[in-house]
Amino acid sequence: MERDQPGMVIVGAGECGARAALTLRERTYAGPVTLIGAERHHPYERPPLSKALEPECDGLTLKTIASRESLERVGIALLAPAEAVAIERAERHVRLADGARIAYDKLLLATGATPRPLPMAAGLSHCFTLRTFDDALAIRSRLSAGHRLAVIGGGFIGLELAAIATALGVEVTVLEAQTRILQRGVPAEIAAILHKAHTDHGVRILCGQAIASVTETARGVAIRLADGGLVESDLVVVGIGAKPNVELAEAAGLAIDNGIAVDDRLRTSDPHIFAAGDCCSFPLALYGGRRVRLEAWRNALEQGPLAAVNMLGRNESYAAVPWFWSDQYDLGLQMAGLADEASDIVWRDTGGGGVLLFHLAADGRLLAASGIGSGASIGRDFKVAEMLIARQARPPREALQSPEVKLKRLLMSDSAS
Amino acid sequence: MAWVEACGVGDIDEEDVIRWDHEGRSFALYRSPGDEYFATDGLCTHERVHLADGLVMDDVIECPKHNGRFNYKTGEALAAPVCVNLRTYPAKVQGGKVYVDIG
Repeated sequence: MERDQPGMVIVGAGECGARAALTLRERTYAGPVTLIGAERHHPYERPPLSKALEPECDGLTLKTIASRESLERVGIALLAPAEAVAIERAERHVRLADGARIAYDKLLLATGATPRPLPMAAGLSHCFTLRTFDDALAIRSRLSAGHRLAVIGGGFIGLELAAIATALGVEVTVLEAQTRILQRGVPAEIAAILHKAHTDHGVRILCGQAIASVTETARGVAIRLADGGLVESDLVVVGIGAKPNVELAEAAGLAIDNGIAVDDRLRTSDPHIFAAGDCCSFPLALYGGRRVRLEAWRNALEQGPLAAVNMLGRNESYAAVPWFWSDQYDLGLQMAGLADEASDIVWRDTGGGGVLLFHLAADGRLLAASGIGSGASIGRDFKVAEMLIARQARPPREALQSPEVKLKRLLMSDSAS
Repeated sequence: MAWVEACGVGDIDEEDVIRWDHEGRSFALYRSPGDEYFATDGLCTHERVHLADGLVMDDVIECPKHNGRFNYKTGEALAAPVCVNLRTYPAKVQGGKVYVDIG
């Protein structure tokens, strides 16, 4: 396969880029497919990096999406590690750091997002962010019984790490600038359940805490809080969100708007270039075309293949329901849809301590659902909720509320608008 | 042939799934919309999540996490991220009980 015969080029070999590449071959595209990854590994899944290990595993291993051999077998050229440094739009080339130019007929940017650094902690040893397998190895190698971990940021990454660290006998402190953990997007009732699970396991959670300084000590790190408090630890992990990797696109003059801006077909402002996954913002059909950027595994999983089919000439619209999950201790949280325009919340007891919240618009339309329960126990009901959201259903409140009414029945006779 | 009594026919709702554990192994038992009974391994092949918490629609079981879908009658993996098929076991009904050949 000649590198200069134009084919399909994908920058980013994570979940999104890898799934796109595989889809191109599944759809029998026979031209060159080049998958460029910044990391040295073959495509792997990120969610397991911050979750508990599977029972028989005694160390973190890559959860493979596609091995090098399997990619080779279907004629996908994986260049990893490799760095794309420029998109030459007029000539339709991607230029790599080593000077190589890869010609494209269509290009997909699946460059993902990079954890936001904490400027105060820049350059300090013992301070980490978590995005890659190598980050996870570095962090986990420092989690031993009796050690102290400070987590900056009470979001999902930080809380999941707190959970696995306590299980390893590590003393954990979580520092959150807002008045509660998970303030961005998670209902207070559900955040409270998780807060309690953490404190029940000995995690110290300090909310409303601004950080004054972060300094290296003989043993590790000292975090001075604005109120004068001091948190000393052996290891610090910063989990304060991530920025979409738009540099390549921006330098090439593509439209940027909270990520690489694409339409509902995942097309950028250049007809030959697509973007998908954590790096892009797109209009959500289900919410009146509202532009969002979703940093979520399933979004990457689904947008990669959609971009691929559209690169092959189809015109399919991305119309999925946003969905997200988190595992902390034995609790599984799931969230679907966008809840911020809801004016009414209905609770449903799912048994065994689990709860499902339905977020309704003023006209009764189900906009979103959030839930938490042990293990995957809310899974079944949650899937039904997702389907109702997708149908823009207006389910009766009493049915949502009563455990005696099987939610599945609402799918037979939903009061869709 | 190793038929083991697993449950009563009424223990599973129509178009639904339950968990059945036997001698250290865990299974998922299904009752299809047509009132037939099926059995598969209990754990999703993507990650070790039990399928008994999942939603059954027609002949498909959807893993309660991560979207994976299988045809529970044949074990076929239908949607990413699952790519490994689910192991199935013969099931039969006799005298109001469901029996599984655990092989």
